[in-house]
Amino acid sequence: MEKKITLAVKNLKKVIGKKEIIKGLTFDLREGEVFGFLGPNGAGKTTTIRMLVGLIKPTSGSIHICGYNLDEHFQEAMMSLGCIVENPELYPYLSGYNNLLHFARMLDGISGERIKEVTELVGLTERIHDKVKTYSLGMRQRLGIAQALLGRPKVLILDEPTNGLDPAGIREMREFIRFLAEDEGLSVLVSSHLLSEIQLLCDRVAIISKGTIIRTDTVQQLLANRERVVWRISPFEKGKQVLSSLTPMEEKEDGTILTEFDEEKIPEWNKQLVEAGVSVIEMNRKMPVLEDLFLELTGGDSIE
Amino acid sequence: MNKLIQNEMMKLIAKKRLIVIALIIGVLVMLFTYAQYKQVQTQREKLGTSDWRTILQQQIVDTTNRLSSSRMQDEWKKQLQISLKQQQYYLDHDINPAEPGAPTFMRVFLESSIDLFIPLMVMVIASDLVSSEHSLGSIKLLLTRPVKRWKVLLSKYITLCLAISLIIAISGILSYLISGAVFGFKGWGAPILTGFNVTESGLNTSAVKLMSMWRFLLMDFGLVWFVAIVVGSLSFMLSVLIRSTAAGMGVMLAALISGAILTNMVSSWESAKYLFMVNLRLTDYMKGTAPPIEGMNLSFSIIVLFVWWAAALFVSFFVFTKKDVY
Repeated sequence: MEKKITLAVKNLKKVIGKKEIIKGLTFDLREGEVFGFLGPNGAGKTTTIRMLVGLIKPTSGSIHICGYNLDEHFQEAMMSLGCIVENPELYPYLSGYNNLLHFARMLDGISGERIKEVTELVGLTERIHDKVKTYSLGMRQRLGIAQALLGRPKVLILDEPTNGLDPAGIREMREFIRFLAEDEGLSVLVSSHLLSEIQLLCDRVAIISKGTIIRTDTVQQLLANRERVVWRISPFEKGKQVLSSLTPMEEKEDGTILTEFDEEKIPEWNKQLVEAGVSVIEMNRKMPVLEDLFLELTGGDSIE
Repeated sequence: MNKLIQNEMMKLIAKKRLIVIALIIGVLVMLFTYAQYKQVQTQREKLGTSDWRTILQQQIVDTTNRLSSSRMQDEWKKQLQISLKQQQYYLDHDINPAEPGAPTFMRVFLESSIDLFIPLMVMVIASDLVSSEHSLGSIKLLLTRPVKRWKVLLSKYITLCLAISLIIAISGILSYLISGAVFGFKGWGAPILTGFNVTESGLNTSAVKLMSMWRFLLMDFGLVWFVAIVVGSLSFMLSVLIRSTAAGMGVMLAALISGAILTNMVSSWESAKYLFMVNLRLTDYMKGTAPPIEGMNLSFSIIVLFVWWAAALFVSFFVFTKKDVY
C-alpha cells in the first residue's frame, strides 16, 4: 500500500550572491519512514534543512508540508512540523519545564498535560524543573526532541541528531527515532555525514553532494554489492591469477587485492586459493564507507 | 500574542536584567541623595542659624514693595509676581526653598539622567533582546514555530516597551523613596516656573507661567519615557541588524556619548540638529535652557525623535521578516 506523502520538495534552489548553493532538489517523505540525508560537510544539507523549516527562503522551488505550501501558508505548514536544527539550543537560564512551556505557548491548544506527556516520553521527568545549563548534552538533546514533539507533528526534521552524543546516547537516540517512525507513524528526516548511522537508522537515503541529489534509494539497494573483501595473499602473483579467474578484482597499491563480498562464494574462493598452494594471510571484510560510495557516485570528484 | 509576550517576559525575568538595573538605579540615587544632603548642609552653615522663615517673610515684603512701584516695566512686573507667588507658597507650606523635598530631587534626577543614564539602562535590555537569540542559537527554535516572524518580533518589542516603562517607574519610585527619607516627602504642590522660550531676540518670557510640581513631574516623566522608547527602539534595531550584542551595544553607546559631546560644540553646525542624539535633552526645554542649536524647540525635537523611532521600527521589522537565518 502506498503511504501518504507528508513532505514534498520540488526543484528546490538557493542562490546566495552569484553562487548556486542548492541546485534543484526534489524528494518526498512518506508517513512512517525515516529518510536519511547523507552528504559530506558543505554539501548543502544544512542549507536545505533550513529551507525546509522556514529559516531560509528558497530562491525557487516549492516545499509542501502535509499539503500546505510553506511559503504561502507558513502557519498551517509549520503546525505539522517539528524540528531540531543542529544542536537544540534551548534557553540555558530557564528550567527544562519553562523551556517547554515557552514553546508550548507558541502553539495552539497545547496543555500542561501534553508537556508532561512529552517529558515522560523522553525520560526527563526527574530533572525537568532544573535549569537547562545543568543538563548534560544528552539531556539537552532529549529536551530538544521533547520540544519538537510538543505540537504532535507529522513530520520531524532532525539535523545531525547524534552529533556530540556518546555511543550509548547514539544508540538510545536511534531506537527512539525508529520508535517514533514505526509506532507513532511520523515521517522523520535525518541528516548526517556518517554512513554507518544512516545505514542503521533509515529506510531511504538521499545522497547529496555540491547541492544536488546524486541518488535516492533504499538503504539495502544503495549498499547492495558494495561490501568488499580485502585479500592479503602469498605468493601474490599466483594468488592474483587464481582470484581473477574466479571473480572481477582490483589490485591495490599496498599489495592487497579487492574483490566483491559474496557470502556464498567467499569460502569457495578461499578453498580454491589454498588448493592452488596460495596462503591466505588476511581476509578482511570491508564495510562500505561514505567516502568510497561518494567517490564512486561522483566519479572521483573531490569532496568540497 | 499575549502568550508570546508572556514568553518574552519570562525570559527577561529569568535573565535577572531588571533586578540588576533596579540595583544600579538604587545605588546611584543613594549617591546623589548623599551628595545633595552634603550640599544642603554646607548651605545651612553658610546662612548661619537664623530662621529661614523670617528671611523668606522679609523677601516677600520686599517684593511686594517693589511691585507697588508704578515706574516698573510690565515685563519685569510679571516676573516679580511669579516669584512672589513662589515665595508665598513656600512660606504657606512650610517648605525651606533651599532644602527641597523628594519631588524636587526626583525632578533634578530625571533631568540629569534623560540623555545618558536612562538610555543606558534601556540599552542593557534592548540591545540583546534579538541578538542574544542569535548568539544562543535559540532563534532557530523560535522561528520554526507556527507563528509569523513579525508577531515574534512584535512580542519582543512590546516587552521592551513594558520593560522601559518599568525602568522609569523604578527610577521614579526609588528616587522618591530614598531622597524622601532624607529630605522629606513634601513639595508635590510647589510651583515651578515653565514656559520660557529662547528665541533669536533672546529670552522670551511672555509665556512663562507657574505650574505645580506634580504636573511638571508628570510632563518630565512623559518626556523621559518618550526618549527612552526612542533610544530603546534604536538599540532594538541594532540588535536585529548586528548579531553580536557587544557590537550593538558599542555602536549605541558611541552614539549616545557623541550626542553628549556634540551638544556642547555643534552650535555652528546646523544640520546636526537632525541627529537623534542631540535631541535627547527634552526636559531642558521645560526649564528654559538655551538649545544646543538655534531653531530647536520642544516640538522640533519630538518630531526628529519620532522620525528616528519610526525608521528604526520599519528597518527592524523589514529586516527581521526577510532575513535568512544561518
